[in-house]
Amino acid sequence: MKTQLVRLADARSGDKGDKANIALFVPDRATYDLLLREVTAERVRAHFAGIVTGQVERFEAPNVLALNFVLHGALNGGASRSLRSDTLGKSLSSALLRMEIEVS
Amino acid sequence: MQSVRIAGGLGFYGDSWRPIRASIERGDVQYVASDHLAELTLAILQKDRQRDPSLGYTRDLVPMLADLLPLAIPRGVKFILNAGGLNPLAAREALLTALKKFGVRLKVGVVLGDAVLERIDELQATGVALSHMDTGQDIASVRERLLFASAYLGAHPLVEALEAGADIVLTGRVADAALFLAPMVYELGWRWDEWDKLAQGIVVGHLLECSGQATGGNFGGDWRSIPDLAHIGYPIAEVFANGDAVISKAPGTGGRVNFDTLREQLLYEVHNPAHYLTPDVDVDMTTLHMEEIGPDQVRVTGASGRPAPATLKIVAGYEDGYMGQAMIGYAWPDALAKAQAAAQIVQQQMQEVGLRSEETLVEYLGYNSIHGPLADPRHTEELNEVYLRIAVRCMDKREAAKLGRLLTPLGLSGPPFIGGAGGMIEPRQLLGIWPTLAPRELIEEYVRVSVEEAGA
Repeated sequence: MKTQLVRLADARSGDKGDKANIALFVPDRATYDLLLREVTAERVRAHFAGIVTGQVERFEAPNVLALNFVLHGALNGGASRSLRSDTLGKSLSSALLRMEIEVS
Repeated sequence: MQSVRIAGGLGFYGDSWRPIRASIERGDVQYVASDHLAELTLAILQKDRQRDPSLGYTRDLVPMLADLLPLAIPRGVKFILNAGGLNPLAAREALLTALKKFGVRLKVGVVLGDAVLERIDELQATGVALSHMDTGQDIASVRERLLFASAYLGAHPLVEALEAGADIVLTGRVADAALFLAPMVYELGWRWDEWDKLAQGIVVGHLLECSGQATGGNFGGDWRSIPDLAHIGYPIAEVFANGDAVISKAPGTGGRVNFDTLREQLLYEVHNPAHYLTPDVDVDMTTLHMEEIGPDQVRVTGASGRPAPATLKIVAGYEDGYMGQAMIGYAWPDALAKAQAAAQIVQQQMQEVGLRSEETLVEYLGYNSIHGPLADPRHTEELNEVYLRIAVRCMDKREAAKLGRLLTPLGLSGPPFIGGAGGMIEPRQLLGIWPTLAPRELIEEYVRVSVEEAGA
């Protein structure tokens, strides 16, 4: 069965030059393990096709039940150089929550 | 145990200082540390300084302190602000003039030496490549277009200013969290090699540096559950001599401090949480523990630190053309289809008039201007309204201005039912950001601190 991440996690994103980070936050260890298995760096990169031009890295912070993704080439050159409406990538977080993952 | 109480100030140039009043009046704080410089802000300040060499600092400095000092002075509250931006001396000049007018006698410290644009050649001559930190690109490709270059300094010079008796410390670019670490080191007597304590200090600073983002603002969880955002309190930290800290906010303010609001801020703009590099310490956030100990009170313990890096980060900005943009709105029925037709007309005409753009972006506000290609394409037929926004990047300002003139005629000669054209928007200069690294001793030998008594 598939579920959209918005039902499982909260998210916040931020900018640094042309890179954005998106952290996913979950309520418990079981959901953390599920995301660890399903939300890989590769899948996040595929999800952001057309927005993110570079690689995606994933970092783990189990102490706060969070996964942190760093998206390279995510901001059309960076906030002061971008033509986009969302120059700071503050909404990339909610865009990630659109992703569907297998939960069975 | 000895402790120090620090209030989070602004989170960026343009932020509200109203919540800081509550932190001073009811939060029992000794310091306000205020971050006026987002990465983007130096680009804005550079434009100010280009217009007028006596500018280049964040001009919220004087009105903010005019409002807060009457509350702060009787309570002995000190300020640490990076409002100096690209021109800390001009910021101090403006502040001294204002203090004199208020008849207030205070010591103002200034930290200099972060601005390194004039030293690029010298740094390169010593063998520092200054190539792009992420792409490895040679700085020669942007060298002639550089407008500013600022190194992120650590807390050392800020502590020096406090030791010299400064009531207000003004800096240019320093690591945001260093604004907060400085009063901890000064008040609690931490040594510069007590890595775990410094790491705790940086974590606390990082939690406080974005104002309302720690207290329920921009909260990605159940945002409806956050009370009274109209009167949001900014975060306050009490930090103990052993490095333990409690994050809270002033009584009677809105917003929320709990595990969820704080963990969102903990990872904000962080890359590898096990190696959060700052000028003063390499922080491991994955060892820390956050525990709710009361309403709007969270204890933070256990961050660990490793020795400070041998390099400092520099962020430079370079001219990268101009953005021209224009908007026009369309109403139901077929709002999106009409906006798409309008976009096609404009793009065709751009070619015919020979508008030379390096890059063109088409967005539909109300449909995909925020999520771009990830917007849900279903149910678009029934959208009540859609705004077309076209943006171009041109190397020449006049070229960028041509775009607006192509959109306005659509009101009479395009698809039906427009809902207000956005009007002509003045082209805006675009700045590319160049992050790089330099050996810290080459930067730090130029760092200077001066403290002057002013007023009355």
